Amino acid sequence: MINKTVANAAEAVKDVFSDAVLMFGGFGLSGLPENSIAALLEKDLNGLTCISNNAGVDDFGIGLMLKKRMVKKMISSYVGENAEFERQLLSGELEVELIPQGTLAERVRAGGAGIPAFFTPAGVGTEVAEGKEIREFDGKLYLMERWLRADFSFVKAWKGDTSGNLIFKGTARNFNPMMAAAGKITIAEVEELVPAGELDPNQIHTPGIYVQRIFQGVNYEKRIEQRTIRKS
Amino acid sequence: MLSKDQIAQRIAREVKGGQYINLGIGIPTLVANYIPENLEVVLQSENGLLGIGPFPTEAEIDPDLINAGKQTITMVKGSALFSSAESFAMIRGGHVQLTILGAMEVSENGDIANWKIPGKMVKGMGGAMDLVASADNIIVAMQHCSKDGKSKLLKECSLPITGIRCVKKIVSDLAVLDVLPEGGFKLLERAPGISVEEIIAKTEGKLIIEGEIPEMKFD
Repeated sequence: MINKTVANAAEAVKDVFSDAVLMFGGFGLSGLPENSIAALLEKDLNGLTCISNNAGVDDFGIGLMLKKRMVKKMISSYVGENAEFERQLLSGELEVELIPQGTLAERVRAGGAGIPAFFTPAGVGTEVAEGKEIREFDGKLYLMERWLRADFSFVKAWKGDTSGNLIFKGTARNFNPMMAAAGKITIAEVEELVPAGELDPNQIHTPGIYVQRIFQGVNYEKRIEQRTIRKS
Repeated sequence: MLSKDQIAQRIAREVKGGQYINLGIGIPTLVANYIPENLEVVLQSENGLLGIGPFPTEAEIDPDLINAGKQTITMVKGSALFSSAESFAMIRGGHVQLTILGAMEVSENGDIANWKIPGKMVKGMGGAMDLVASADNIIVAMQHCSKDGKSKLLKECSLPITGIRCVKKIVSDLAVLDVLPEGGFKLLERAPGISVEEIIAKTEGKLIIEGEIPEMKFD
């Protein structure tokens, strides 16, 4: 087995460069590559294009990269939880491309799977369809969407092994598996790193072929955005 | 006028056993509270779960288990977890049979607008465009009029559209209406104390009224 292990987040992100296209797994703050983001914040980077379903909140996640003016463009489906994002967008400092969530997921999946374009019904008749090829299949209209790929993908898993196989937990899986496949260099951080052979091959969600670097994360905050409990 | 909970309660009567259902944020989320326990349905969360359970107790909270509104949740027995690509594959593939979501405007031909108000901060469409483009049955929970009294059931949507010709039924604070395939809102029921005349006055799009319109009843 090929050993993909690196010592820590700083080593994992050492060659990330300005103007790169980056993908970040996570839905809201769940399944977010916290350690990699913290390491990126230590670097002198700007002009980044960030592909992520959300843009974090003001003081956590990608929101911290926005605050440091590292990001030129966000490609997301929903960005409602971040005041600094709003400020930069309205002042023209930040470019944003909003994409239907299923289209975002499929564009990333297509990028990793070598499918340059596909047709989806999402957005037909809306401003999302502007400038895109529309075709009718079996009596229904669809629009063409292109793949998305990245220079670096950052993903977070529950468990991983030294050869890069990953297992996710709960709804923290979300965009992580597709983004792992769509990155030229995919950096996986895990809560528990084990030697190759210790994970059950039947249970692997993301095969190690998609992962170039893996490290054991530390000090996971796993912040909750909407702590909701039942009254009983 | 119906309260938000009553709108949810009325929508819950549209749910059939055996359905896979996606509930949007806001009033639609409340529908789960009113689905009879003897109906076997599965609630889908587009961030990767079939089988949403109740909100957790303090002890059960798991940051790795949230719904599409980023609220902490639990899973029912027999749940399944998957990626966002798989989630929207099951949505676009027509496997999720019923979608219930909120709207700012609906037109008489079933167009829906619910994601963007010009001049205001645009937060994004999330999964709404994929959902409305895909489900066979789409029920909308909405207020019949804006705060300044303008109808939100229109001939044509004035706001940017989320999806075209997709809404099948509306439950507003005033009425239950079908959106007919040939166009038009067919009035089915009125809220307690609301007259047909008031609904006529507050519906800008084509309204179809046949026979007596019953008043909704709540326990």
